[in-house]
Amino acid sequence: MSETPLARVDGISRRDALRRLALALVATGTVDRLAAQDVHRVAAETRAVSGGVYTPVALTAHQYRTLERLTDLIIPVENGAPGALAAGAAAWIDTLAGASDRLKLIYSDGLAWLDAEMRRRGAADFVSASTAEQTALLDLVAYRRNRTPELEPGIEFFSWARRMTVDAFYTSEIGIKDIDYRGNAAMAEYTVPTESIEYALKRSGL
Amino acid sequence: MSRIRQEPTVHDVVVIGSGAGGGTVTKVLADLGLRVLLLEAGPMLAMSDLKEHVWPYQVPHRGVGPRAEGYFGRSPFTYSATFGGAQLEGEPYTVAPGSDFSWFRSRVLGGRTNHYGRVTLRFSDYDFKPRSRDGLGWDWPIGYEDLAPYYDKAERFIGVTGTAEGIRSAPDGIFQPPAALRAHDVLVQRACAKLGIRAVPGRQAVITRPTNGRPPCHYCGQCGRGCMTASNYASSYVQIFPAMQTGRVQIVANAMARELTTDATGRVRDVNYVDRTDGSEKAVRCRTVVLAASACESARLLLNSKSSRHPQGLANASGTVGRYLMDTVGSSASAFVPALSGMPRYNSDGYGGHIYIPWWLWEGKDLGFPRGYHIEVGGGYGMPGVGSFTGIVNRHEGYGVAMKQAIRDEYGASVGLSGRGEMIPNEQSYCEIDPGVVDRWGIPVLRFHWAWSDHELNQVRHMQQTFRAILESMGGQVRSGQAGAQPAGPARPPISRGGAIIHEVGTVRMGDDPKTSVLNRYCQAHEVKNLFVADGAPFVSNPDKNPTHTIVALAWRTAEYLAEAMRKGDV
Repeated sequence: MSETPLARVDGISRRDALRRLALALVATGTVDRLAAQDVHRVAAETRAVSGGVYTPVALTAHQYRTLERLTDLIIPVENGAPGALAAGAAAWIDTLAGASDRLKLIYSDGLAWLDAEMRRRGAADFVSASTAEQTALLDLVAYRRNRTPELEPGIEFFSWARRMTVDAFYTSEIGIKDIDYRGNAAMAEYTVPTESIEYALKRSGL
Repeated sequence: MSRIRQEPTVHDVVVIGSGAGGGTVTKVLADLGLRVLLLEAGPMLAMSDLKEHVWPYQVPHRGVGPRAEGYFGRSPFTYSATFGGAQLEGEPYTVAPGSDFSWFRSRVLGGRTNHYGRVTLRFSDYDFKPRSRDGLGWDWPIGYEDLAPYYDKAERFIGVTGTAEGIRSAPDGIFQPPAALRAHDVLVQRACAKLGIRAVPGRQAVITRPTNGRPPCHYCGQCGRGCMTASNYASSYVQIFPAMQTGRVQIVANAMARELTTDATGRVRDVNYVDRTDGSEKAVRCRTVVLAASACESARLLLNSKSSRHPQGLANASGTVGRYLMDTVGSSASAFVPALSGMPRYNSDGYGGHIYIPWWLWEGKDLGFPRGYHIEVGGGYGMPGVGSFTGIVNRHEGYGVAMKQAIRDEYGASVGLSGRGEMIPNEQSYCEIDPGVVDRWGIPVLRFHWAWSDHELNQVRHMQQTFRAILESMGGQVRSGQAGAQPAGPARPPISRGGAIIHEVGTVRMGDDPKTSVLNRYCQAHEVKNLFVADGAPFVSNPDKNPTHTIVALAWRTAEYLAEAMRKGDV
């Protein structure tokens, strides 16, 4: 299966870095931690060159602002730790919507529904409503138990937005740090901390 | 025939397919001094194509696929070294009405060994003689003692983790030291012990000590992406690349075999293939040919090789080519295990399964189904990916910090159990040529017929009871709303689709009787002496052991027999 998008983003430099890593492994029989990190450094540099500002490709400027606010509510800043906004969740969703008509329809319909529901509640639209008004609406559409014919489209859409915001956040560098995944590393020897095993055993009653 | 470009060289051995079977045959024959021409339907594998150590954020679509296809039911295999799948552009297959079957194919040097699960289990002695035990299916023409020396050779060369346990259903082999058990592995082992079930260190085709010039595993847990250090087994980088260094192996990539043609004596003379790079027809002459294109592709090639001498297809006077197609019985369940929630964090990547549960009820009472299954164990803090937390947020709903906390609480606190069981071959499960459909090169395609029987459905019911007992013994909350969570009942239990476990075998089976089998005890066609088969097609039964190890051992034995027969001038 060809993987052009991967090649496009990281290009030759990433491939070279991977090759250096492979060579380091073959040469020493152990993993050179620095060579492994080099892969990630190169990728970060490649991204930095492309610049920081995102221009939506599928959504209108208004839809995009609405989506940014929605993702910010789904995964907000938590005790100073960055959330979905900093992780670029809206940009990722828009990029995919640009490559999938089905997704584009889901988001354009869903974001329009949010605006229409806000107007029905007396606000101009979703993004300009107060935080209290926004969360009042999300408190309804975030739960299947609130399903009514009127709310159904909103609940369906919020389920998509929540799922994809979570995907975007936890596949970003910020999100992987937030969840404290410790892997994708090379170990000379595989060990498991005794304290972890003891913790689990004690709590399991086994 | 005039359109076909024919090369004059007569090759000692033409091997068709480069997976576990073809890779093993190529390596063994090259080591024995024979010249091998290896045809692979896909491209060469470049180690730089492997996506080991790539983070999701290094891929613009983060793994869901450039067209977001992962959200709409089609896996893009972003990181996996799969190079294929059930749907291949221009290469359809059909499924007969009322059947359900999925045919997973890889098109690349090394085939599915680049990405497979590396579970490496010997058949037990009784697995070769199933009919003698319970009257179902058929016995193999060989026994454990015939294959044991080749399991030894395979394990010495490939490297397999494990420990000597003395369990009849899981014969011991030549093992490398396994990695430490992870916290959830320890829980599974203790929970099983309470139920009188043994869980033992996993047997994986992964090296933990330097082996034949390959450095040991670095425990990144990404075996499925292919291993840049060749610290796990794939036929590409463990067998074929080293065999190329002998100078006796020639590879033709992008060569889709179309037909075998025979000479006046009925022996295979040419292999006709399509050069996929330009669609041209080519042919190579061979002294002997080894089919290792995968069970169903090998059957397809024989069925498509019709002539006046072989009107039902080559080597098919018995009419059994394509028959007795088997897959592995699959069913699984998972649970949230509160004991693991909040555990002091660690890197749980390792490699594949550090523990597994061999079949434990091979003797004694009637269980309501024949044969057995083993259980593979999943868990730990996987690298986050698209979909990793969808189940959690769908259950918890909400949003904001509370939703994040739910994710944090459940991350790494799930344990999954997957049963892998033996299917009894039946008359309703087979493949044949669809008379009305051809692929992009005009090659007639396969039509699949499939039916599980009560043997398999009852086995799945037993699996589900076992999963629940194990998971609940460790305080697990078995997931509701998920296949596998329902208690076994009269309704259809949660069984895998045919083909979904990707263990399809048995379409060109061995046997001593040419009337009921295609191949003899050396995987040589009864009717065509210079034709051998070295993939999963020769299997007579499909025990619960994952097939790759036996494909390798059997191919090794076939290659040695072939080399000796050629030396003596018998073929």
